[in-house]
Parts: sequence; structure tokens; C-alpha cells
Amino acid sequence: MSDGAPVEITVNGSTVAARPGELLIDACERTGTYIPRFCHHPRMEPVGMCRMCLVEVDTGRGPALQPSCMLTCSPGMQVDTESERTRSAQDGVLELLLVNHPLDCPVCDKGGECPLQDQTMTFGPGESRYVEEKRHFVKPIPVNTNVLLDRERCVLCDRCTRFADQVAGDRLIHFLERGSRTQVNTFPGEPFSSYFSGNTVQICPVGALTAVPFRFKARPWDLEEVESTSVLDSVGSRISVQSSRGRVLRFMGLDSDAVNWGWLSDRERFVFEAYDHPDRLTGPLLSGGAAGGQDPKGSTQVSATWADALGATAEALSGTDPDRIAVLGGSRLTNESQYAWAKLAKGILGTDNVDAQLGDGLPVEVLLGLPRATIDEACTPGGTIVLLGPDPKEELGSLYLRLRHAVVHDGATLIELTPHATGLTGIATHSIRVLPGEAAGVVRSMFQGGTGDVAAAGAVISSGGPVTVLWGRTSLAETDGLVVDAAMALLEHVPDVGFLSLLRRGNVHGALDMGMSPGFLPGRTTLEASGDKFENVWSCLPGETGLGCVAALEAAAAGDIDVLVLLGADILADLPDHDLARRALEQAGTVVAVDLFVTSTVECADIVLAAAAPTEVDGSFTNLEGRISVVARGSSPPGTSRPDWMIAVELAERLGTDLGFTSLDGIWSELASVSAVHADLSLNLIRASGTEGLLAKGQMPLAMPPVTEVPDATESTLRLVVTRSMFDNGVLNAHSNALAGLAPGAGIRVEPSDLDRLGLEDGSTVEISGPRGEHIAEVVASTQVMAGTAHVLFNQDGLDAGRLIDASMPVIDVRLVKAR
Amino acid sequence: MADTNPSPDGYVEHAPGYVVNGGPTLLTSRFPFEDSYTLERSMQTGGYVGLRAALARTPAEVHDEVRQATLLGRGGAGFPAGVKWGFCPEGVWPRYLVVNGDESEPGTYKDRLLMERDPHQLIEGCLITCYALGLSQCFLYVRGEMALAQERIAVALNEAYEADLIGSNILGSDFSVDIVLHWGAGAYIVGEETALIESLEGNRGMPRLKPPYFPAAIGLYGQPTIVNNVETLSNLPWIMENGADAYKGYGSEASPGTRLFAVSGHVQRPGVYEVEQGVTTFRDLFYGDNYCQGIRDGNELKMFIPGGGSAPWFFGEHLDLPLEARGVSEAGSMLGSGAIVVMDETTDAVKACLRLVRFYANESCGKCAPCREGTSWEHKILQRIYDGEGRPSDIDLLLSVGNHISPGPYPVASFDAADLEAVPFPPAQTTICPLGPSAVAPITSAIRRFRHEFEALITRRDSIPVAAEAGA
Repeated sequence: MSDGAPVEITVNGSTVAARPGELLIDACERTGTYIPRFCHHPRMEPVGMCRMCLVEVDTGRGPALQPSCMLTCSPGMQVDTESERTRSAQDGVLELLLVNHPLDCPVCDKGGECPLQDQTMTFGPGESRYVEEKRHFVKPIPVNTNVLLDRERCVLCDRCTRFADQVAGDRLIHFLERGSRTQVNTFPGEPFSSYFSGNTVQICPVGALTAVPFRFKARPWDLEEVESTSVLDSVGSRISVQSSRGRVLRFMGLDSDAVNWGWLSDRERFVFEAYDHPDRLTGPLLSGGAAGGQDPKGSTQVSATWADALGATAEALSGTDPDRIAVLGGSRLTNESQYAWAKLAKGILGTDNVDAQLGDGLPVEVLLGLPRATIDEACTPGGTIVLLGPDPKEELGSLYLRLRHAVVHDGATLIELTPHATGLTGIATHSIRVLPGEAAGVVRSMFQGGTGDVAAAGAVISSGGPVTVLWGRTSLAETDGLVVDAAMALLEHVPDVGFLSLLRRGNVHGALDMGMSPGFLPGRTTLEASGDKFENVWSCLPGETGLGCVAALEAAAAGDIDVLVLLGADILADLPDHDLARRALEQAGTVVAVDLFVTSTVECADIVLAAAAPTEVDGSFTNLEGRISVVARGSSPPGTSRPDWMIAVELAERLGTDLGFTSLDGIWSELASVSAVHADLSLNLIRASGTEGLLAKGQMPLAMPPVTEVPDATESTLRLVVTRSMFDNGVLNAHSNALAGLAPGAGIRVEPSDLDRLGLEDGSTVEISGPRGEHIAEVVASTQVMAGTAHVLFNQDGLDAGRLIDASMPVIDVRLVKAR
Repeated sequence: MADTNPSPDGYVEHAPGYVVNGGPTLLTSRFPFEDSYTLERSMQTGGYVGLRAALARTPAEVHDEVRQATLLGRGGAGFPAGVKWGFCPEGVWPRYLVVNGDESEPGTYKDRLLMERDPHQLIEGCLITCYALGLSQCFLYVRGEMALAQERIAVALNEAYEADLIGSNILGSDFSVDIVLHWGAGAYIVGEETALIESLEGNRGMPRLKPPYFPAAIGLYGQPTIVNNVETLSNLPWIMENGADAYKGYGSEASPGTRLFAVSGHVQRPGVYEVEQGVTTFRDLFYGDNYCQGIRDGNELKMFIPGGGSAPWFFGEHLDLPLEARGVSEAGSMLGSGAIVVMDETTDAVKACLRLVRFYANESCGKCAPCREGTSWEHKILQRIYDGEGRPSDIDLLLSVGNHISPGPYPVASFDAADLEAVPFPPAQTTICPLGPSAVAPITSAIRRFRHEFEALITRRDSIPVAAEAGA
């Protein structure tokens, strides 16, 4: 909405101040007069299909029935939403909408929360005069594996089709046929394979679109609902967690202006199924060694009591040199649990080998030192967005939808600097392919010496409008220093530039704010700068800066780590360098895993502590903007599994000390006392902040990082690019019925001209040789990747990209030859 | 020429052709020639003289001449073309000309003849328009079913390109235009100009939201777009050649010039007639020796539709109205696109009504709920009545459902014998386009005049209605 003086209109005799440019239907709703509607949706363009919102409007030419979803408020407009003509029109439209509606409400999932049902009760005729045969279609048909379509129930409001077109950009569902035979459908052989298909179920005003995971599970009036935050990725989409009889049955997106606008990716929406999976850990496990057996490795894990498991953990930790302890992971945890574990590790055990990032992150001193932008700032109408990171469509679905809206509908200019085409390439003004290792050079040439698209992109960035850089690791097969160098070059050339981190993993930004990084303390500060502030609150502090994730695992592989604590860190699957993860787990002393499932990593642990899932805990979450919002429990943890912060508290007790708090409020009062960033916040304030959450502000002084040296690319090799896709073999994906099976699988993708040059054929089997030896995979020709690169998806069936990556190298060059 | 122009033999003769009536021929002068559609014939008979005349003047002068001529749009709405041309917002370029050749109103076939018989006249009109408005791109959208028109236009465009009449530096001037031929996929709704633009863009043909009311503001590809009817543009060569004053010498003051009327139905000689506007009456047209020569077989007139299937019906007492938009709409109908359907005393009013409503139910694009659901409901009720399964309450139900599609009193002709006044045109419209309300026209007209025919079918019913009367 534009700024300006309010527009005075009269609604049912009272004067109402509408916002300039506001639609009549919205102005009326905002000021307390609800006008019935089916097709109107505040987050999409008006379409005027259902005609339900007809009201009598007089703009000086006499009263006439007009659709209020298409009418912009103009001064002096006289509106009557209750007149005889209005009522008669609404009555008539409802009768017509019901003409072909099957009225199978008793067996319809939407019954009880159905706008058609509700509005028929409020505005509609008591009975139908329609005695003819109704329209019949096969009930229901799948439009994809998760969404079913019952065309008989559809009132053709164009919401799902508009969503697919305008919001998601996946025009895969359409109107077919015409007249009363009009139907929504997919084209044959082309399913609605959109990452965002679940949103159509949420916005369907009738029961035409239903989601497989929720079908016939509960009646809406039996559902209990809490407002929470999706902790699946770092966008922190606001969700409503809905449960019945102690089980979470669905997530719905909440309309947060600042964050997700009500939309969710299918990964965020359907992941709840994993939390309810029978494979969940219901209590601690001990392996033979830790359980007192003779063979400390390779023995099976057996159930144990919490007393035994915590005792064994405490025993392993007590007396161990803090430098020989490492605590890795923690992005799944709430802010409160992260604080508890950070304090346990750094303030009680005294180790600084703590890292929530798993070797695919960004340097914290740079991340917290750069000027930070919000999503709204990045999406400023008419602004410029520079993508210097992973594909938001694959990694941060709901952020992708916001970015897409900004570019398509709000005139933002998108410039992408990536080694492959992304989900945003089609709408980017300048889509520049950058070879891993050359980003900083390309950025510099945008401002000096560049030509063509590069120079044009530089001119757009320098034109003076707001510029936001979305930054993250464009490839898991390159070191973080490369994107940092490019970010620094942008900082140098663009005054007032803002940065929005694309670190994807759950609550990773909360973890960094809670000091779960070597050398850092809670409150976006360092051991060096603020150590004294903690002296009175924490019983000890690490002596010097410890090891990050990769360094700690290298130390473990060298036999220098006695206790390795993994907080939900599935390093065998999730660390880019799988070889390193395997060696570290083999050589570490005692491995303690705090997790939800027995992942391949957890299988290697000596002690397994069962944690509660995000739908089973209360607390808060920090998103990539630094926005803190509520996480609320919708069900109880299975068995004796418990929230991570409670495990930390109990472990401290076993170690003969205590963390100084036994409740979330206790954690917050201590956090507020030590962290300048959280000083004015409390859980109650966060709860009171509604859908928008509270932005935690605070920027560290920026330390200029050293420049990373990169070897030149050679003719005979291809530079490896490894990225993640929306669906992979991650433990939550694999345990959600709706998501399992959506992972695309990995082959190696190479630009066609490279294939020709190397004498390889599309679809042939090749041998890939690189720093980690030889691997066999299928090669696929793709124009989506850059010449000179080989692109592999991470954590997929087929080629295991993690086995190609050596974390100690800045970039990975691989050689492709025809397999014998 | 014979090898490049397909013979019409392969095509079904699906409507009566043009009839010479001895009146002025501003539009149809070439029609009597066998090879009227060729560039050769066109050049021999004054083709592209209007274009040369236009090119000799400034674009503003050409626009002014058209404005002076009060050339009314012939697509149905009758909006002055010269005024419409002036609606483009200042400084927004590029702009496009789109020719609406999706003639599909039931009963209309005059644009088809203009495209089949004299494509060069239309092309010349396009060029004059583009010159007047400074456009360099024109799209000619022809109805999907009109195969012969599409081929004749395609050949004519190729001839004209070859002859330096389209393309770069037309006739040696610095004026350049490209004309693209595009044809529809067979949807009545695409005759609505915003639906036509959607179709042209490659989308499903559905009308766009209004406002903006005119594509001149935001049209094809979001750019200012002038959409004109085939007949409208076909007038331009004559106007440029002979001037606005000469043009105003024909027809009435409010509606100058001639119009093509496509008369079909129960007359002795159906066909397309070029008629002076506002001078000739319906009676002249139906009974005149130069025109239709009376009702077939000497029968009595029962009713006639004055402006295509969407128009409310007229009857014997309306025969003396002149063929002019205003008088017709005051009398409760419209002249629309010049399609007149005459029905004699042997016509079953219920069946006629059913046939028309079925058309609209089939052609509803599915966008607005009242039209999509309402028209097919009306069709089903009418079908049931016609099949002898009607209920007494169905007649009022038809009117009530019609009132849901187009609320308020619906335009209808007066019924002197029953002392019923006319309700003037147009109907109230709460849908995006007039398709839905159009389906109500035959129902209100037929029920007001021939309620007894409906009642006769209902009381004579030979099977049990699908459901018992509520409470009965």
C-alpha cells in the first residue's frame, strides 16, 4: 500500500478511513465489516471470479452492485453491504455456487472449516431450487503425490491456479473445458510437481483440494491449535501446529507480514509426519562399550535408563581435558536449548570446540559483522537483490516465494552470481555464471573493467537504489572464504548495502547468537571482547579460541578428541566431507549423540540421548534476519525423550554442578543479563509479538578476513559444484511419508559442450577422479550448469557427493573419463 | 492467381452470401467480382487509393478525418472509432492495433464476408489506422472456424508484402508496419476484446477485469492497444478516399455511413445487405423487393432478433423502427453486430429460446460464477420443459435464475396487447463481460410474450417431473 492521506468512504452509514489504493473488500474487513468471498485472497491479485463479494456501491452515479474485491476505495464512496439488493445478490451467487456442489460435507475433510459451508449458513438460501442432475467427475484425482483434487467440490475460485501461476511460478494446474464443465486439472503426464503445492490445499475455500497426510485424520473442530515457527529451515516461517488426541496432524502457514505471508514449502508443511514416525527414539541407548561391555566399538546399542546414560556421559566428560572435548551441531535446538548447551560446553566443561555449523556455513565473525538486512528490506519494491549463494528455491522455499514476488510484482531487480541456473534465473535481470573460486573477481569486474552483463549488473547495483546481498555457500565443494571475498568486494563498492544470510540449517542463526561457535559467546560477541561479562554468571570460560567443526573432526580423526558430543548432527550425511566424518567417528573416544532418530551417525555413537522434536517443545527460534519467534508444543515427546535444554541441565547435575536454571524463564532472565542483543527481550514479550516476532538487533565490529587463494582452472578438469535440493535423503525427509520418495537422486550434470570436448555421451557412465579417489556415476547433459563445472546434488541416491569433497581444499577439480 | 488462391469449392457454404440491393456500396463494391479477394482486382478497382491519400497527409490529419466522419464501431457497442483511438495514454510505447475478426455472435456473418471477399480492403484499413496512430505492429485475429477467411487473408498479406504495401517503408514512405495473422481456437468469448487479447498472448481466452475499461490503456502485453472490428476498419479506405463529409452524406446524423446487416432465418432471401444507417427500417429490410422480399412461404412474422443472439426479441409492432442503435435500445433491444434473425409463425418459441440459451451455456468461459452456473442451469430447466418434464414453478424459476445472473429488470420489448412497457437496453451486469446477461435475453423475451407456450408444454407433460413440488 502506498503512503498518503486516508480515503474516507461510508460503509453502512458509518465513515471509514481506507488506505490509499486499498481494495474495498480489504478496507471493510479491516474496519469490521466482513464481506463474503471465495476467490479473493489478500496475497494474490484480484480475479473477480466468484462474484460473492458483490455489494451495493454508489460512486456518485447511483447505487450499483459491484464486486468489492476489484474496487479500489475512492473518496466519498457510499457502500451498503446489507441492502436488500446486496443480500439478494449474495443469496443468488451462493445458490449458483451450490448448484454443482455435491454437498458431501459429512465426508469432506473441509467440513467444519469450510468457507462455503460457513457463508452458506450466514448469507445463503436455506434450501436449493436445483433439481437437475449435478455435474459428475471422478472423485478425487491426485494432482501430485501429496495433493488430491475433487473436481465436484470445486467452486472454480482460481485460487490454486493463481497461486501456481502468480506466487509459485509453477503453471502446472489450469482450467480446462468451459462453461459448467470448467475444471481445474493438470495436463496429462505433467503432475503438479511444485515445491509449494501444499499451499493450494490451505487456500482452497472448499474441500476440493485435500492433502494426503491429513485426509480423514480428524475433524477440524477436534483440532487443538498453537502458533509456532517452522524450525526446518532458517526462514522461520510462522506456522499453526494443529493436533488431535496428542498427535500433530498438520501444519498450516500463518500470515506473517515480515516473513512467509502464509506460504510454506511442502518440506516445511509435511515434515511433521517425521516427528510422529515409529522410528523415533523413545529413550536413551548405550552401546556395548559405554554399557560396560568389552568391545567399545561396533557393538549393538541397547536401551538404557536416563540415569545410566547420563551417568555414562558424565563419566566420560569428567576429568577430560576441555581441549579434548568437542560439541558439534545444535541447529535443531530452540534458542533456550542452545543457550543451555553453550553454557554447559563453554561455561562448565570449559571447551571452546563448539560449532553449530557443519562445515557448510559462513565465518561467524563476518556474518555477524556485516550490516544485516531483513527479508522486507531485501524485497523493497524497486530495490536490487544480489544472489551470491545457494538457490533459495531449493534451500529456503518460503524465502524464494517472497523474492519471487518482489521481482515479479514489485519491480525489484535480481542479479545472480551463481555457478548454475537457479529457480530465480528465469526472472533475473542479469544471471551471471560464476566459476567456483572466481566470484570475488567477477564482483570487482562488475564495477571496473567488466563488459556485457557483468558491467550492466554493476551499473544497476551502483545506481543508488537499495541493494541487498543474499549470501551463502554457492557450492558445498568450495571453501567459505570464496564467498566471503566476494561479499567483501560488494561491501567495498556498494554504500549502504545490506546482507541477508542464506545459511539454511534450522535455528543456526539462534545457535550463532547463543555463542555456539569457537571463540564466541551468547549475544553476538567474542570470548575476547565480553569474557569478563560472563565471569560472574558462568563458572568458567574456555582459555582460548577452540576448533570449528571441520578442525574438531580432523582432531578427532587424529585421535585428539576424547568426547565428541553431536547435537542432532548427522555428520555422515550432512557434513560435506563424508570421508572426514567417517574417520572422525572411528577415531573419537566416546561419541555422545543427542538426536531424534538413529541416523547412520547415531549408529556410531556410544551413548544416545533421546531428544524431543520441535513440535514437542516450547521455546523460541531465531531466523536468518535475527527475528525471534515462538516455538510451541503441539504434542508430547515419545517415551522418555525430552527437550535438549533439560538434558543439558540434568547432565550438569551429574557433573556435580548446575546450570543455574530449571525453566525457560530462568534461561531467559540469565540470557537477558549477559547478552546485549537479548537484554530487552523475554519469552513473554516474544509470545506477545504475535505473527511478526521480534527482531534481535546488534552488529559486531567487522574483522576483515584473509583472502583465499584459488588454483587456476585447467582444461582437462571440471570444477565440482555440489548443491542441495529441496528434497534429499536427510533423516526428516526420509521419515515423512509425504516427502520420502521426492528426492530426485544424483547424477553428475555437465554442460553439453564440455561433454563433447571430453568425448562423453549424455547418459553414459563415467569415472570421476578427484582428491577422494575414483567414483562411478551417470553423466547427464544440462544447459543449467556452467561450462567448466560438474554439478552434483548432495545427499541423494546414486552418486554420493560427500565422497567427492575434501574439506581441506578451497575448490575441487575432478576429471571425467568414460568408465570401462 | 489460380494456383495461389484456393478455390472455395472445398468449403461448406454455411450461410447465405452477399446480396446486391441497389443501394450505396461503401464496403461491398468489389463483392460481385469473382476474384474480389485478389490484389489484382483490388488494384483495378481503387484498392489502396485510400492508403495513398492517407500517406499524403499527416497522421494527425488522418485521425481527425476519422473523428469527423463519426465512424461508429461495428462490433456491437457502437463506440466512435476516432474517439477510441484517442484513449492511449501519453508517451507509452509501443502500442498495438488488434483487429477483432472473431465474429461469432449467433446470426452474424458480415465480417466473414468482408474478410473472404475483400481482404485487401481490411488490410488497407489496418494500414490507415496504424499510420494515423503511429503504430508499427498490427495483429489480425480471425475466428478459428473461418478457414477460408484465414487463407484469403494470409494470401492477401503475402501479396501486399510483395507489393511493398506492408513492411518497411510502405510505398516509399518512411511508414513501416508489420501485420501478423493469428487465428483462434474456437471460442465465442474471444470476441470480447480483453479475452481476445488474452488468447493472442497465448493464454486461455477469458475476459480481463475492468477497469481498465479499454485496452487502449493496458492491452496486449500490457501495452496500449487499439482493438477494432473488421467492418469498422473496412470503412477507412472509402473515408480516406472520399472524405468525412461525403461519408456523412450517407445514413443519419447520429449514425452516418452504411452498415452491413446479416439477415438469416425465415425470409425469402436471406443474406448480407449493405444498408444506410438510420434510414432503412426493419420492415423495409424484411419486406422490400431489393432486400429480403418478405417472410418465407407467405407466412406471418412471429418474432425477430435485431442484433444477434444476445439481443432481446422484437415483434411485429417494432417493424417500423429504423436500423439505428439508439431507437432500438430504447425499445428494449440492441442492434449489436448487425445480425438479424427472423422467425415466422411456425417457430416454437420455447425451442428457439432453448437453442439460444444452450449456446451461451456452452460458450460461458467459466470465469464468473453466475454466468458459468446460471446459464447451464437455465439450459437444463429449458431442456426439461421442452422434453415435457416441466413443473409449473419452472417458469418463474427461469426468471429468478436470470435475475441472479443479471439483477434488476431485464431489457425486453414492449407487449402492447398485454399493456407491458419496454425495459430499455442495456441489462445490469455484475459479471465481467456481457455473456452471462446475454443468455437471459431470450428467456425474458420468450416468457413475456409466449408464456402460454411454456405453460402448454408443462400442462401437457407426458412424464413425471424429476422432483415433486416442494410442499405439494
